[in-house]
Amino acid sequence: MITLIKNGHVVDPSQNIDGPMEILIKGRKIEGLYPKGKAPEAEKIIDATKCFVIPGLVDIHTHLREPGFEYKETIETGTRSAVRGGFTTVCCMPNTDPVNDNVAVTEFILDKAKKYGSCTVHPIGAITTGSNSEELTELQALIKAGCIAFSDDGRPVTNSQMMRRALEYSKIFDVPVISHCEDLQLSEGGVVNEGFVSTIVGLKGIPKAAEETMVARDLSLCELTGGKLHIAHVSTAGSVNLIRNAKSRGINVTAETCPHYYNLTDEAIISYDTNLKVNPPIRTAVDVEAIKEGIKDGTIDIIATDHAPHHFDDKQREFDSAAFGISGLETAFALSYHLVRHETIDLKQLITMMCITPSKIVGLNKGTLSPGADADIAVVNPETIYKVDSSSFLSKGKNSPFNKWTLTGSVEKTIAMGKVFDWSEK
Amino acid sequence: MIQSKDLLGIKELTPEEIYLILDTAAGFKDVLMRDIKKVPPLRGKTVVSLFFEPSTRTKTSFALASKRLSADFVNFSVSTSSVVKGESLKDTALTIQALGADFVLVRHASSGVPHLLSNILDISVINAGDGANEHPTQALLDMFTIQSYKKKFKGLNVAIVGDIAHSRVAKSNIYALTKLEANVRLICPPTLTPAEVDKLGVEVHHSLDKGLKDVDVIMALRLQLERQSKGFLPSLREYFKLYGLTADSVSHAKDDAIVMHPGPMNRGVEIASSIADGNQSVILEQVTNGIAVRMAVLYLLAGVKK
Ligand SMILES: [Zn+2]
Repeated sequence: MITLIKNGHVVDPSQNIDGPMEILIKGRKIEGLYPKGKAPEAEKIIDATKCFVIPGLVDIHTHLREPGFEYKETIETGTRSAVRGGFTTVCCMPNTDPVNDNVAVTEFILDKAKKYGSCTVHPIGAITTGSNSEELTELQALIKAGCIAFSDDGRPVTNSQMMRRALEYSKIFDVPVISHCEDLQLSEGGVVNEGFVSTIVGLKGIPKAAEETMVARDLSLCELTGGKLHIAHVSTAGSVNLIRNAKSRGINVTAETCPHYYNLTDEAIISYDTNLKVNPPIRTAVDVEAIKEGIKDGTIDIIATDHAPHHFDDKQREFDSAAFGISGLETAFALSYHLVRHETIDLKQLITMMCITPSKIVGLNKGTLSPGADADIAVVNPETIYKVDSSSFLSKGKNSPFNKWTLTGSVEKTIAMGKVFDWSEK
Repeated sequence: MIQSKDLLGIKELTPEEIYLILDTAAGFKDVLMRDIKKVPPLRGKTVVSLFFEPSTRTKTSFALASKRLSADFVNFSVSTSSVVKGESLKDTALTIQALGADFVLVRHASSGVPHLLSNILDISVINAGDGANEHPTQALLDMFTIQSYKKKFKGLNVAIVGDIAHSRVAKSNIYALTKLEANVRLICPPTLTPAEVDKLGVEVHHSLDKGLKDVDVIMALRLQLERQSKGFLPSLREYFKLYGLTADSVSHAKDDAIVMHPGPMNRGVEIASSIADGNQSVILEQVTNGIAVRMAVLYLLAGVKK
């Protein structure tokens, strides 16, 4: 099958392209890019009028929940949700049941993804067996099976010695160790950011220091070992400063933040809406500004979703016992395109942060529209204004604090490995 | 008029609504002083208590308030109900509504539970204490008691002493007192001070003697004895030395200062017996006033159009 995307404005920083171009897709690959009207004949035409044609988005922090929590999400529904949001690659976190700390689970995920997945799935293996900070997993075996990074996400590696060993040992394979930075003693029992809002609502706070002390520890260990550290979901101004400082000293660290950390402040929690309960918690306006600054100056390398789908019953309950997490794949683009509309960054930088650099961090050949690359493409309309209806998410997780928000910037079509998903047809 | 069908917290009330409740309570206090303490306004109405934390005092006070107004009072016993079988809070609440209740009184260890029920239910939800958020009827009865002694709130110096960080009573009182334009001082160790609480327009003191200087009202709080094991305090003995209300510390307050406590007291921990039982103590009056105030709340909420 030969498909042509025409009438669109192609933006691909990997090739320095920013202009009207046509993209020819042959099977699962990009055949070539052509000036307007110069492309060869195609069997199928995709009209991208008024749209940007950009590389498919790459998320290196997704919870697909399978195996073990299929009532929250499956690989099938999670990848459907991904392509609905313009993502063509997702890297899934290992905190499933059982934990992805062995080859059997990795193979299971890849097998499911092959059979039922709508986009490319790369598993992230656990750093320690059972993610309990006691023993390293067999990195070589897991990498051979298909893992592209390691993380005990959902939990920190509490044992500093173990984290040191992980950063050292992973150097053999040049794979990143993704750290969920949280001091569990400081955060114990906490459900919201510690500050004026936690006082007002009477919910136990998680101090910013719970994240920052762990970021500081991991930066020190990264400096000590020369390992490849990636810091997940940065939520505080202090973490941004620590990372900026570490980078200025040449430490080999990358960092991500998520759309909810630059679109929300903790004041919204006064309603006790459990869809706002996420770990790390939504912080304050000062943090939001610092995160935007970090995005702007490159301290924060990428945007990840931390897509954490939950069943309705896990959320409609007491705030203290409701699950942590936001279903994020289907709103991430518009919530991030907001940064472009408000001139924090330009579209090229956004694509770099959502496609190119995420691929680089985990060593994938994604995030580009160059000839010969996988046909992973998103067609987005930057002008569409729409109201979020989380009940219509393709994810099983309808848990979005952005429900009923009016957003600008829609994903019109997603092409994942040459397969076309047209969201404008309906 | 009261605007909401629910009493979720003092945070949500206007000063006018607080005064309306206090004025209404004054009328019911007269009823309570009579020989026959029963009036008919809530005849045919049903009040159901849903307490996920034990509390004999608040529940009994509400039960008496309901009965004095001729309402039926039913206790939905959490320990023996299906809640322990894993029934969700939502299902329990809907069941109570389906049973025909007009009011549900809820107490829960998790903040925000009354708000959750308020969103689910059409009947009136009364917060009888949620986590470290609020205990509005306690604050209302405290305001009623203060008013009966001090006649006004504006300019009054009120000290709240103890574990502010975990206290819903303190929180509701802070909202009530600041809305009524009293000056509020919180006296507590730094480990038990809520984050950024000064933004509520209160002074924070870590020294009891300085904090109590020239106050008109002293409100003690109950200290949960397990705070010691969590590192908030080195020992109860040291806590009593630093923050216990004794004849000596209370002497820094005005001579006519009143001493309050929401109960139950830990004598020798937050308050010395000589103060609890002394002539400045109004602790038992608080209990009596509690019934009148809760009658007022039920009565006024019954009049709100749903
Ligand atoms: Zn995490």
